[in-house]
Formats: sequence, structure tokens, C-alpha cells
Amino acid sequence: MISLGIFGIDNAVMAITALLTGAGLVALAMWLAGLISPRSFNPQKGEAYECGIPTRGVSMTRFHVGYYLFAILFLMFDVETVFLFPWAVCLRSLGGAGVACVAVFFAILVLGLVYAWRKGALEWK
Amino acid sequence: MDNYTIDNFHSFTEWFDHLLNGCMPGWLATTIECLLVGVGLLLVYALLALFYILYERKICAYFQCRLGPNRVGPWGLLQSMADAVKMLIKELIELKHIDKFLFALAPYLVIIASMIGFAVLPWGNGLQIIDFNIGIFFLIACSSIGVLGILLAGWSSNNKFTLIGALRSGAQMVSYELSVGLSILTMVAFAGTMDVVKIVEAQADHWFIFSAHIPAIIAFVIYMIAGTAETNRGPFDLPEAESELTAGYHTEYSGIHFGFFYLAEYLNLFIVSGVATLMFFGGWMPFRVAGWDGFNEIMGYIPSVVWFLMKSFALSFVIIWFKWTYPRLRIDQLLSLEWKYLLPINLVNLVLMVIIIWQGWYFGNF
Repeated sequence: MISLGIFGIDNAVMAITALLTGAGLVALAMWLAGLISPRSFNPQKGEAYECGIPTRGVSMTRFHVGYYLFAILFLMFDVETVFLFPWAVCLRSLGGAGVACVAVFFAILVLGLVYAWRKGALEWK
Repeated sequence: MDNYTIDNFHSFTEWFDHLLNGCMPGWLATTIECLLVGVGLLLVYALLALFYILYERKICAYFQCRLGPNRVGPWGLLQSMADAVKMLIKELIELKHIDKFLFALAPYLVIIASMIGFAVLPWGNGLQIIDFNIGIFFLIACSSIGVLGILLAGWSSNNKFTLIGALRSGAQMVSYELSVGLSILTMVAFAGTMDVVKIVEAQADHWFIFSAHIPAIIAFVIYMIAGTAETNRGPFDLPEAESELTAGYHTEYSGIHFGFFYLAEYLNLFIVSGVATLMFFGGWMPFRVAGWDGFNEIMGYIPSVVWFLMKSFALSFVIIWFKWTYPRLRIDQLLSLEWKYLLPINLVNLVLMVIIIWQGWYFGNF
């Protein structure tokens, strides 16, 4: 059964309404601010803000590789959560067989976490 | 639909729908209803943001033995209104070396993500704007778009502070999203549904935090910690650690452009407490005790919207309390808290929940 949103309108339409409302709020406020906010011109104002000191070198600097590592780890576990949600919904009707199947899946993922932990991927060096 | 509270928006919206459809063609009625919903969302969104800014500032002031805002309006009630106007009349600085398209796009993503999350929340008895049968999953999915906005904001500004702020924020938000997802998963396993309305109605006699006792309390504590981190609030406010990064990912934004990030931060605080209310404290459901009919009837006289808002504000108070009590974490402490403590505890908690469901060691009948 497809459940309907407020006023019995299709949920997808309501989701798009919420999306457009969000976009409309930003567009409206930007338009209003453009109308009433002051403008002043100074070449210095367009520079990157670094507490008043001129920028040195490029701003797109190299950064710590750890950020990527955690992003990859996140991907693994987030996909796991996505797979577990449908199982969680019909946990009671699936019974023992469902629990056993997911236990195997779960064990492999925990192994993955243990592996990452032992490898030192969870340390911030 | 059962009448748990005196207000039942379900019959009202049905009546309104019939009224509109009676006097105009169907497409026009639908358009008018969509417009009404849009305007309503916008108003509630703006009003809640204004309320939350004052709420936080007053609580912060009392924690620090100050009075807080008390000049604009009685008891400072109009302070956040004055701030909003001030933000609107500030100059929007045009920067030279930025990626203009992405810079302008970032606030849209942040606001849209929180607006959709906002529309999924169950506001009251029948007052449910988006009612997907995968409601709570949809909410998590949509609110995770917000992190893209923050990453874009930091990256497109072409500034070292914003870049580092955005990366920290990205690492933090994606990490803690796991804990949010898993603690909600634990409760979904107990509820057996992802439909927001059904989750609320399943809590008519016992809120989940009582009926699923130990695993629910563990999931609740983890959810509150992870939710605080999700909203980039103290003690997890590294992305905008002002002592190291000036303002983090929104350093280069000025005027109302900055205001959007500010707005979304407070609305995300509300959404996090709203979801906690929904999953653990019964959403808009009044405090009811099975069998005590007189008591339940008295509780039903309080409108459902009031119940929902009061529970959410109380949980928001706890999150604000965290901010003004704990010092800021370091990035390595932050990540090890998530990956070495919250995630394993969450996985064990899920197993515990499965055992409890299997053995039937809970209250209520599912």
C-alpha cells in the first residue's frame, strides 16, 4: 500500500514541495539582501580572509590523508546499514533463518572493522 | 485513526481537501494545497530558527550567570528578529578567487537538506507532511545531503581555513552518521516498521525507551552523542573552532549568505531532537499508561503538537547543555570516540536488541 502525505497528495509531490520551499527560501532571502544591502568597492575586500595577512602560496593545499581513509571506512559501514534496514523491518517475520543469514553478513563486516583496527587505520597519525 | 489527543489534524485536512475539491478542478486544488504547505513550512522553519537562537543564547547566559539578550523587546524576545534583519542589511562581499557557482550552490544544499528532514517529522496527530512508508530512512538519507553543502562551501571558498574546516566537518559528519544510522536501525528492528506514523502509534502505551528498556537506553545515549556531532555543535564543533580556523567552513560567507548556515545549524538541532523524540519518546504521543483510562484522557487534552514541541525542546536543552559543559575535542579524540567506542557498542547493542526481540523480553505487544 502506498501511503499518502498531507491532504492525500502523493508523497513525492510533497517531497518536491519541501525541496522547492528550501530553494525558495534561499533565493528569496538572497534577492531581498541584494535589494537592501549596501555595496562598497575596495580591491582588498575580494581577497581570501586570512586575518589581514596576504595569502601565501595556493589555497588548495595538500591535506591529511586520514580524511580519505575515514571516508572509505564510512562507505563500507554505511552500505552495511543500508542492507540491514530491510532486514530490521521484517526481523520478526523472518525468524531464526533471517537472523542466521544476517549473522554471517554481520560477522564479515565486524571482521572488516577488526582488520582496519589492527592495521592502524583508526589511528590519527 | 484513533483519537489519542483532542486535536486530530487528519479529519481537518480531509475536510479541507473535500472543500477545495468541491469548488475547483483537482489540479488547482492540489496546487493550492502544495502552496499552503510550502508557506506553512517556510513560516514554521523561520519561526523555529528565531526561537532556537534566543533559546540557546538565554540558556548559555544562565549557565554563565549572565542575563543574556534583554534589550530588544520584553525579556529579549525580539533579539533574534533584530539579528535576522541585521543579517539581511549586511553587505554581500564579492570575492575574487572563488568558484562562483559552487559557492552559491552550497547554502541551497544545506537549507534543502534540513527542509526535507523538517517535513518528514511527525508534528502532530495526523499532521504529517511527507508520510513515506520508509519515512525515517528517507529522513536520514536527505539530511546527509547537508554534508555535501558544507564540503562545497569550504572547498569553493578558496581559503585554507575553510578547506580544513570543511574536511574536518566531512570526516566528522560521515563518521557520526554511522552511529545515528545504527542506533535508529536498532529501534527500527524493535518497531518493525520505518513508517513514521506507525512508529508513533506503536508507542501509544509505552514509549520505546520504556518498552525496549536497556538496548533502547544505550541507543538513545549513542544517538544523542552522535546527533550532537552531526550538527557540528560543541563539544564537537571542530569544523568551526574559532581559535584555530576563524569560522571554519563559512569563513568567506558574509551577510545573509552566512545566515543560511546559521539557520540550518539550529534547524538541524531541532531535527536531531525531533528524531530522538520520535524514536524514543513517542513523538507526539501523550504520556499514557495502559489501563489508566482517566489519566490517559486528561493527558489527551494537551494537543499533540504541544507534546511534540515540548519533548523536542527538552531534548534540545540537553544538547545545548553539552555544548556549555564540555570542552572541545581534538580530531583524533573525536574519531577514536566514534570508531573505537560508539560503533562497537552500537553493533553489540544491535545484537542485544535482536536477543531481546527473539526472547520477547520487552513490554507491549508487537
